[in-house]
Amino acid sequence: METLILLLTDYTFQTVAMGSALLGIISGVLGSFAVLRRQSLLGDGVSHAALPGVVIAFLLTGSKDTEILLLGALLTGLSATLIIMSIVRYSRIKFDSALALIMSVFFGLGLVLLTYTQRMPNAHQAGLKRFIYGQASTLLQRDVVMMAVCGIVLLTVVVLFWKEFKLYSFNPEFAETIGFSGKILNIILSLLVVLAIIIGLQTVGVVLMSAMLIAPAVAARQWSNRLWLMVVLAAVFGAVSGVVGTLFSSAFVKLPTGPVIVVCITTITIFSLLFAPNRGILHRIYLRRKNRVQFKLNGGANL
Amino acid sequence: MNADFEIQLIAVLVSVACALPGVFLVLRKMSMMSDSITHTILLGIVLAFFMTHDLNSPYLIIGAALMGVITVWLTETLTKTRLLSEDSAIGVVFPLLFSIAIILITRYAGSVHLDTDSVLLGELAFAPFDRMILFGRDIGAKAIYTSGILLVLNITLISIFFKELKIASFDPLLAAVLGFSPVILHYGLMTLVSLTAVGAFEAVGSVLVVAFMIGPPVTAYLLTDSLKTMLFLSAIFGALSGILGYHIAYLLDVSIAGSMAVMTGIIFAMIFIFSSKRGLIGVLIRKNRNRKEYAQTTLLLHVCNHQNGPNAREENGINSIAEHLHWEQNKLEKTIYYLLRSENIRLENGLIVATPLGIKKVENEKIKLFGN
Repeated sequence: METLILLLTDYTFQTVAMGSALLGIISGVLGSFAVLRRQSLLGDGVSHAALPGVVIAFLLTGSKDTEILLLGALLTGLSATLIIMSIVRYSRIKFDSALALIMSVFFGLGLVLLTYTQRMPNAHQAGLKRFIYGQASTLLQRDVVMMAVCGIVLLTVVVLFWKEFKLYSFNPEFAETIGFSGKILNIILSLLVVLAIIIGLQTVGVVLMSAMLIAPAVAARQWSNRLWLMVVLAAVFGAVSGVVGTLFSSAFVKLPTGPVIVVCITTITIFSLLFAPNRGILHRIYLRRKNRVQFKLNGGANL
Repeated sequence: MNADFEIQLIAVLVSVACALPGVFLVLRKMSMMSDSITHTILLGIVLAFFMTHDLNSPYLIIGAALMGVITVWLTETLTKTRLLSEDSAIGVVFPLLFSIAIILITRYAGSVHLDTDSVLLGELAFAPFDRMILFGRDIGAKAIYTSGILLVLNITLISIFFKELKIASFDPLLAAVLGFSPVILHYGLMTLVSLTAVGAFEAVGSVLVVAFMIGPPVTAYLLTDSLKTMLFLSAIFGALSGILGYHIAYLLDVSIAGSMAVMTGIIFAMIFIFSSKRGLIGVLIRKNRNRKEYAQTTLLLHVCNHQNGPNAREENGINSIAEHLHWEQNKLEKTIYYLLRSENIRLENGLIVATPLGIKKVENEKIKLFGN
């Protein structure tokens, strides 16, 4: 107990936990829209496509400031999204194939650039790789402040465009017919999702970022049919697993933060799939049993 | 054999071996499953390593392939509950398994050479250092043999089961009716994909396996409607990106696997933009032409409908027609210009009048649109 209190008051822990919780909230909210629009895996694609952006930003500016590197990531992530969308639009290639192709090609480009920087005479480039796997423990207070600012901006935009996003996620055709531009809404929403992914890169890395986007939303979806409740729950689930994951990885040695957070959030998801009222698997089994008994009581044949 | 040649040979063997099963992944809309499998095989390798404590044990390959199939099974079981969509299921399953693998590696395997880097990223340049020794003689790099076997296996299985795979990919219901179990074929294919991923990741890293599995087939898909041609073209594109990628990597002194992946992307972009039938330029030109023709027909129809009516001056007047068509001035001017040039209309003191040629054209269009 004492160690726990010691840990909770630890400055590094507080910073990392704050960062992870913020990430959980942001990705939970934006992930809800991605999942509802059946673009869950876009996060996977964008996060892989961010790698060349990080390296290009470093090559051009020579700076390793998180903000500049993430700006590069944002640019390549966005251009990958636009390329994927135009491939789907102008050819018969399906979304998933376009996504798989573009993300792996961008990642390849990232590796090429990364090996290129490694040949540079100074060892200044070390540390770029932390974006592949993510290192929550390297989060500094200014990173957390940046995450908070971005988070507030993102959430404000979501609140402002709430009605439009809701309509567009559930019924894009209807949204178009009553005069909202589907193209613009799509771009705004994709931009927000990409931004959320980029924010998470530093904490959980490119591979695991997709889970942060999808898992909280899928878990929250099981508990409610109302959008606002789903979004709030997703944010809560994301934040909780961020804090719990950080707690575990600080309490035990050699426990990487990103993967532990992902295990936490997936556990919540599996629990929700099993036990959620009305939709959950157990509830469904119970309903089937109940129906069978009632059928028999009403004089039905023995099944 | 010198190292340069060996690396190119491995590059070609691996990329062709990946491209062949990839064709079926693309056709069955399962491209992202390859991404999922290439990540989770890491867990299979780690678990098998803990059991055997030997990095060269064949059980590692079996463990990895098995984990690939388990991934597919888990994803499909989740999808079948219908509580989440298939892509969400993929996005929940593979990060979980991958996270477990990373946790296991960092916690227990710190002392051995089993790091996420080599699995995720791979390095082809080191492949020739790992030699195959048979009866005390050096008979070439090991990776040549593993990727060679992989390629032969893929070619053999795909040619034996070509008919079955074809039917099951395009019409699973028909396949079931004819008595082939789509489930067995499906899992057979997934085992093949996992095996290929396992065989290839050492050379090129698991993320880039996806590029070689999906890139060439998607490119070929733009060019052909025949499955055989698609397989053939994919193999060619795969081999091409292997060789070109190697040379570019050699020139710039960068990651070989990475530049091979970039090459698949460049080849795709070339075909996507310039291919004559389905290329971007072709599609854009066609769209533009259709739009122009549609505008001309619409205007002509409108003019013909009203030119003998009582409101002809209002409806067909050059200053008022834009309002009736709900068109912007710019579009109207262009359309009138084209129609004047093809002599379908003429202007008579501020009024648009269809010429006999234009009237004939409208009649033809009407027959096309509404029948006789």
